[in-house]
Amino acid sequence: MSKILVGLKRVVDYNVRVRVKPDGSGVVTEGVKMSINPFDEIALEEALRIKEKGGASEVIVASIGPAETQQQLRTGLAMGADRAILVQSEQALEPLSAARVFLKLIEKESPQIVLLGKQGIDDDNNQTGQMLAALWNRPQATFASKIELDGTLARVTREVDAGLETIEVDLPAVLTTDLRLNEPRYVKLPEIMKAKKKPLETLALGDLGVDVAAQFKTLNYAPPPSRQKGIMVKDVPELLATLKQKGLVQ
Amino acid sequence: MTHILVIAEHAGGKLNPATAKCVTCASQISDATVDVAVFAAQADALAAEAAQIAGVNRVLKIEDAANAEPLAALLAPQVVSLAQKYSHVFGPSTTFGKDLMPRVAALLGVGQLSDIMAVEASHRFRRPIYAGNAIITVEAPADRKVVATVRTASFQAAGGAGSAPIEAVDVTAELPSHTRFISRSAAATGRPDLQTAARVVSGGRALGSAENFKVIYSLADKLGAPVGASRAAVDAGYAANDLQVGQTGKIISPELYIAVGISGAIQHLTGIKDARTIVAINKDAEAPIFEVADIGLVGDLFAILPELEKALG
Ligand SMILES: Cc1cc2nc3c(=O)[nH]c(=O)nc-3n(C[C@H](O)[C@H](O)[C@H](O)COP(=O)(O)OP(=O)(O)OC[C@H]3O[C@@H](n4cnc5c(N)ncnc54)[C@H](O)[C@@H]3O)c2cc1C
Repeated sequence: MSKILVGLKRVVDYNVRVRVKPDGSGVVTEGVKMSINPFDEIALEEALRIKEKGGASEVIVASIGPAETQQQLRTGLAMGADRAILVQSEQALEPLSAARVFLKLIEKESPQIVLLGKQGIDDDNNQTGQMLAALWNRPQATFASKIELDGTLARVTREVDAGLETIEVDLPAVLTTDLRLNEPRYVKLPEIMKAKKKPLETLALGDLGVDVAAQFKTLNYAPPPSRQKGIMVKDVPELLATLKQKGLVQ
Repeated sequence: MTHILVIAEHAGGKLNPATAKCVTCASQISDATVDVAVFAAQADALAAEAAQIAGVNRVLKIEDAANAEPLAALLAPQVVSLAQKYSHVFGPSTTFGKDLMPRVAALLGVGQLSDIMAVEASHRFRRPIYAGNAIITVEAPADRKVVATVRTASFQAAGGAGSAPIEAVDVTAELPSHTRFISRSAAATGRPDLQTAARVVSGGRALGSAENFKVIYSLADKLGAPVGASRAAVDAGYAANDLQVGQTGKIISPELYIAVGISGAIQHLTGIKDARTIVAINKDAEAPIFEVADIGLVGDLFAILPELEKALG
């Protein structure tokens, strides 16, 4: 039976208001809450549902990150994944490098489906799934809001700017998730205990033999331009008068 | 010399305005020649439209029945075969471009830059990360192709005074059969496009139901504006998914943005930062939306909206 490989990225929690360091060398991540990238959590939830319906035999969660990423992988195991792989790396990888690492994992595991979040909410790149599909020479179905499996193919409804689009891809394939695909389950305490016994394999990035050299150089981090402090109006007539004065309505 | 190829986006026989915005971005690189590639089943009218975009050097027309629908897996190898002659390949940071460009980059063995918001030099750009809470300046390697998506809200569309030559091009690329288009269900609203409209009225969770959401449409109609929505409103089924504004929805830059019953989560704010004037209507004076609003009004939307609509005449 078939395996599903799910990518889980450790990112700054989505509730944290990220701030740029005063010297412009990066963003403040010390002491900040870290979580599974929300889109990846959705990817894992989808994989688990597919398995629960009999569409897969095993769900593997994988991440590239520092040793602490074990926390996110353990959470993934507690949600219901069968085992985890951590590709340990102190250096943050660009999407192309991450895709090359995932290709190695694909060669090792031969999954039928690779499910990734459509973007990491840290770098907002939205690239890794598409790049992985290209390197693997397989289909991609990005921004999925509905996935139907039918034997050796998947029918995927995608959230596109114009509305919803449905495509059909032959498996194996890379699917990336959008927000409305599902609502991830909450982890119950007994599951967390059980997850401690599930296998978590650690691989050293250097042992995989992939080119992970960074291509881009980040020269500077800056806070976004701030908006001028606005005004409060007390009622509709004053609102309308202000809009008229600014020439925004007749 | 810098040779830039812009991949045109189109639907229903018309170019998406994002294409002309990509041309503007590309034209900001000094000494650049900008070509536009149109992939379609029937490309004549589209190519003619692209030829009129000011600043375009040449339009490449790639006609193939396989290009009837924009499938990244089929387009990417074709773009790659054209890319050989170019130093830069740009696409819009729309769902079309986001789907396609990383696949192109990976086939070329290069990284990709997402959401260029400013050009500093031929290989140096600015882009947002962390939902726009930080802006980074990034340098791409000078000895490799630059593949990028352009954050369309950051650039004005180039004008329509051009008259570039059009060339039909045959590309040699093997197209896979593993990906097939089935259908598209566009919510045909007949309203102005969210991403190019001068005014937008958006509703949030506070509307409470699809029925109540009609007050948003009603005000929008008065203003000739399209409707937007927060994620909470879309998730709850009050509004269609393509109306979502924000980090994972649309990034918009209207002259006037009216946020009604929207709290102002960072993920929503990242979609409206480029709006000229933000009006917020919310019953909670502490709502974060008021920190970015130019004009704020505290109160019950269900009382305010009808009054505002009436006052607009
Ligand atoms: C990965 C990720 C991506 C996301 N992407 C997006 C995105 O692209 N776009 C987006 O919008 N969100 C996005 N979100 C969700 C975001 O975090 C918020 O949950 C969402 O924006 C909240 O929507 P809201 O403001 O409508 O609802 P709420 O936060 O519930 O706010 C409702 C507001 O309505 C006000 N209100 C209630 N009743 C009334 C009344 N009668 N009159 C006036 N005001 C009233 C309340 O005071 C409140 O401020 C994302 C979240 C995650 C995790």
